[in-house]
This record gives sequence, structure tokens and C-alpha cells, in this order.
Amino acid sequence: MRRELGLVLLLAAAACAPLYLPSYELSLLGRFLALAVLAMGISLIWGTGGILSLGQGVFFGLGGYAIAMHLKLAGADPGAVPDFMQWSGLDALPWWWVPFRNPAFAIAAAFVVPGAAAAALAFLVFRRRVSGPYFAIITQALALAATTFIISQQQYTGGFNGLTGFKSAFGFALGDQSTQFGLYWATLAAVALTFVAVRALQGSLFGKVLLAVRDGENRVRFLGYDPLPFKVIAFAVAGVLAGLSGALVTLDLGVISPAMFGVVPSIEMVIWVAVGGRNSLLGAIVGTLVVNFGKDWISSVFPDLWLYVVGAVFVLVVTVAPQGIVGLMTSLRARSPRLGPATPPALVE
Amino acid sequence: MSESTLVVGQLFNGISVASILLLAALGLALSFGLMRVINMAHGEMLMMGGYLTYLSISVFGRSTGFAVGLVVAFIGTALFGALLEITLIRRLYGRPLDTLLATWGVSLVLQQAARSIFGPIGVEVTAPPWLSGTLSLGGTVMTGLSIPGVRAFIIVLAAVVLGAVALIIARTRLGLLIRAVHENRPIAEALGANTRFVDLAVFSLGTGVAGLAGSALSLIAPVTPTVGQSYIVYAFLVVIVGGLGSLTGTLAAALLIGVFSATAQIATSQSFSDVLLLLCVIIFMQFRPRGIVAQGSRALEET
Repeated sequence: MRRELGLVLLLAAAACAPLYLPSYELSLLGRFLALAVLAMGISLIWGTGGILSLGQGVFFGLGGYAIAMHLKLAGADPGAVPDFMQWSGLDALPWWWVPFRNPAFAIAAAFVVPGAAAAALAFLVFRRRVSGPYFAIITQALALAATTFIISQQQYTGGFNGLTGFKSAFGFALGDQSTQFGLYWATLAAVALTFVAVRALQGSLFGKVLLAVRDGENRVRFLGYDPLPFKVIAFAVAGVLAGLSGALVTLDLGVISPAMFGVVPSIEMVIWVAVGGRNSLLGAIVGTLVVNFGKDWISSVFPDLWLYVVGAVFVLVVTVAPQGIVGLMTSLRARSPRLGPATPPALVE
Repeated sequence: MSESTLVVGQLFNGISVASILLLAALGLALSFGLMRVINMAHGEMLMMGGYLTYLSISVFGRSTGFAVGLVVAFIGTALFGALLEITLIRRLYGRPLDTLLATWGVSLVLQQAARSIFGPIGVEVTAPPWLSGTLSLGGTVMTGLSIPGVRAFIIVLAAVVLGAVALIIARTRLGLLIRAVHENRPIAEALGANTRFVDLAVFSLGTGVAGLAGSALSLIAPVTPTVGQSYIVYAFLVVIVGGLGSLTGTLAAALLIGVFSATAQIATSQSFSDVLLLLCVIIFMQFRPRGIVAQGSRALEET
């Protein structure tokens, strides 16, 4: 009960952030909270399901492009193609761009396309019981292939620069303060809903079987469950969350480009969760905020240092604190008798 | 130049790319097969080998520098690999996904270090005079086909290294231990094999071979801080397609993927061939999830 109260207070404090945070910090917080939605998806598949994906950026990108395509079409003159298509000499809209004129279709696509893509990949790979490091490598290859492909198809995707230059989104002028606040609250609502939904999923029978699959896939088989649908559904849910996160970040930044979700950003997403604590949903949010604010601060003060720092963080979090910040807090609490014992989470591979 | 010489020429390019992939993947396949360790910093061993070659050439000159560079690249990266194994990898035994993340951290640090030392643009290595010619096969059916000396050298180098590694595994005492540990780690340990030493030796040998690959790579492409990244994903695909810890499988997979990429690039483009390659690997896995050469085992769980 005390824990729930704490979370509600935290949420209230975050909801009031527009009142006390300067505009720049607020926009950072909004964007990092949007990324936390994706991180909770990683927490579900990696922490609960034991599936390490190095390609979550791809699903993030799919969600982002779905929204960006709509914004691009909404911003273009009626009957004209978006500016970058004109530059590459394309004068007719490709057929698969057409339905994105409809805002409802674009919003639905931001959820459905990444979810379906994630489900298809997971089904094809897990069906043959390929998992663990193999799956991680395949998802990384996916991130590489997806970004090189998007960059090469400049006339359809905007290439390396991606899609940008939106004026308004769904009738709201981007850049207005009221739009910024609205987007921030929408993001916060998405974070809260995702938290509650993933928490419920983890507490359900589904979550328990998924956890069991992580700890002993073959034992689960012997108990009569087929692990495949559990892994596929979990991965699809994480894909949907990544898509939602991509859509929110695209609205927030006003751009989606391959540099935002390639091989390197995709693996950085995993480190957010590792830093926060892979077995804790709250840890995923905390880790995302800590790493991203840290990155923002370090790369503005010491631009050359960031890669050294993130490299060291990768090594240290794995060797010294495999349960991340949340794990460190828990073991601190376990050591001080006044606060009462807490069971340390089991070390998982 | 007739059509057939064009095809043979491209095939040859594919084989030389495959040779570098093979050298890069050999160490990965060995350490993954033996220790279940995914070394994401393996690509940076290529990079390190390339820079070491560059340094040797600037010290010893173009002609002898490259020969010295090969040796320096092998020894330097092998030593670095040994250091990495002792300080980091050994601690993460049995946690393959965590090893993957930690070695990725190492690779980021190495890339940034290369950027600070050598600059972000990269350095060029000019081939030594004894390799800058071309081999032409005049007088045969393939008249008009000329093969750059460096490409031929890379293929020969890969063949020699593969042969040497195969010989070590098949004929030496260390090889005997490697085979024993590969087959059954606990029993090998129980019979007195020093598995820690075997792990160290294999890991270090693998990084050394990757250093050689970097040396070879520097002949055909500039050495940049991110050169490893552009090869590592393909090298991993080679390991997946080849099967765990099998030299034959790794060789076959490297040839398949190298030649596939080279031919797909004539037909389409670099980016599209990447997408095609990934699709083909996923389709391939539907039929042979354990790779071309699957190790026969009755164990339920992979150890």
C-alpha cells in the first residue's frame, strides 16, 4: 500500500512538472519518458522473458515512421507529394503511402505494424527453438538491415535525413507551448498506462509462465505448455510499446531518422534497462531517465567522453550490479535492519 | 572481357571477402563453440590489427613493414584478447547475454580510443610492392581476367590460417584438450584438463586471428575506428549459419555469405543485398536451426 501511494505521488509530481520545470528540461523529460515506454517493453521481454533483443529500435522506427508519414502528408499541399519526394524526382505518391493520409489509420499503424513485425520475427525464430545469443544476433542484424535499407530508399523514406519539417500534428501547431504541455501529459499518461498494463501482464498466469520459460524452457514444455506463444506474444507486446514510444518521440522531436534507431541506439536501449534493473519495471523507467539525462549532460560538457562512460557503464553494470539501481537499493535496504528485510531478487541468466 | 570472366571476377571478389569473413568469424566460432561467449568486441580486434599494421608500416617502411605488421597484429591482438579474457570474460562465465553487453562496452571504449589516437577519418595502408601487381591468367579460357595481387594474398592467407588452426586442433596436445573440453567440459575437467587455460588459449588465438584479418582488411579498405562494426554483424551471421565450433561449417558459411553478398550486389545494391541476406539466414534457420554442421548431441539443454 505504501508503495502504491509513493508511485501515485511520483506520478502527481511528474504531472505538475510543466509548472516548475524550464521549457528545455521539460522537453527532455517528455522525450525520455516516451523512451521509458519502450524500456518497459524491454523489461518485459528481457527481465521477465529472458529474451535479449538488440533490435528494439526497428520497432521504434516503424512506429515513428507511421506517424511521420501522416504528418508529412498532412503538411504537403493537397495533391502534391511531400517535399523530399519532389527533390528525388518522384511525382506520384507510392500506393503504400496513400492510406497514411487518414490520421486514424496512421495512429493504428504505429501500433499494429511494429507489433505484427515483432510477432512475425519472433514466430519465425523461436519456432525452431533458436534463442538466447542467436536471437540477439539476429535482431542486431535486423537493425543493421533495416537502417541500411531505409537510407538507400531515399525517394520513399527520406533516406539518411529521415522525415522532418512537420508544421502541425492532428490540428495542433507543433512548437506551441500548449501543444508541448499536451504532448507531455499524453506521454505521461502513456507511461502510467504502460506501467499498469505490463505490471498486470506480469502478475497474470501469462506472466508466470513467461517467467518460467525464462528459467527453464524445457521444464515448461514437460509441464505441458508450449513456450512459443508466450514468447511471441511478449515480443509482440514489446514491439507495440516500442512503436508507441517511437510515435511519441517523433511528435516530440519533430523528426524520425535512421540514426535514431540503428544498431548503436538499439543496444543503448538495453543498457537503460540494465542500469535501472532488468527485473524491475520501475527500474526500466529510472534507468532510461538516468542514462539519458546523464548522456545529455556529459555530451554537452565533455563531448568526447560519452562513449568511454557508456562503455564503462556496460562493463560495470554487468559485472558489479547485474540488478541495476533497483537491485542496489534493495540490497541496501536488506542490510539496514531498521527498514526491514527485503528478499534480494535471484540472479538470472 | 567476356561474360564468363566477369562472373569469375566477381566470384573471386566474393571469395576474397569471404576470406576476411572467415578469418573474422573463426575466432568467434571457436570461442562461442567452446565457451558460449559472444564477444562483441571481436570487430575491434580487426580494427586493432589494422592500426597495428599501419603503425608497423610507418616504422619499417612499405616493403618489410607489412610483413612485420602481420606478425605484430597477430601478437598484439592475441595479447589483448588474453587480457580481456582474464579481466572480464572469465568473470561472466555462464551468462552469455551479459558477456555480450559487457564486451559491447569494451568495443565502444576501443572505438573511442582509436578515434582519439588516430582521428575519426581513418588511415590508409598502401600495399607493399610485392603485392601491388595483378595476376593474369592469359593463355587459358579466362583470358583477360586479372586478379589483384592483394586479393589473391588475402585468399592465400585465409587458407594458410585455416589450415594452421585445423592442424592445431587435430594434431597438437592443446588441440586434444580443446576437443575434449568442447565435447564435454565437466568430464574433461574431471580428467585433469585445465579448462581455464584452454579457454584462455582459444580466446586469445581467436582474437589473434581476427587481428590478422584486420591486417588483411587494411590492404583493401581504409582502417577507421568503426571498421570492425561493419564486419562484425556478418561474422556473427557466419557463426550462426556455420554451426557451433565447427571449422568446416564456418568455412562453408563464410564462403556462402561472402559469395552471396558479392553476387547480390551486382544484381541489386549493397543495402538490398543486406536485407536479402538477413531474410535468407532466417529462412535457412527454419530448416537447419543449428547451422550447416550441427553437432550431434543427446543432451536436452545446451550447456
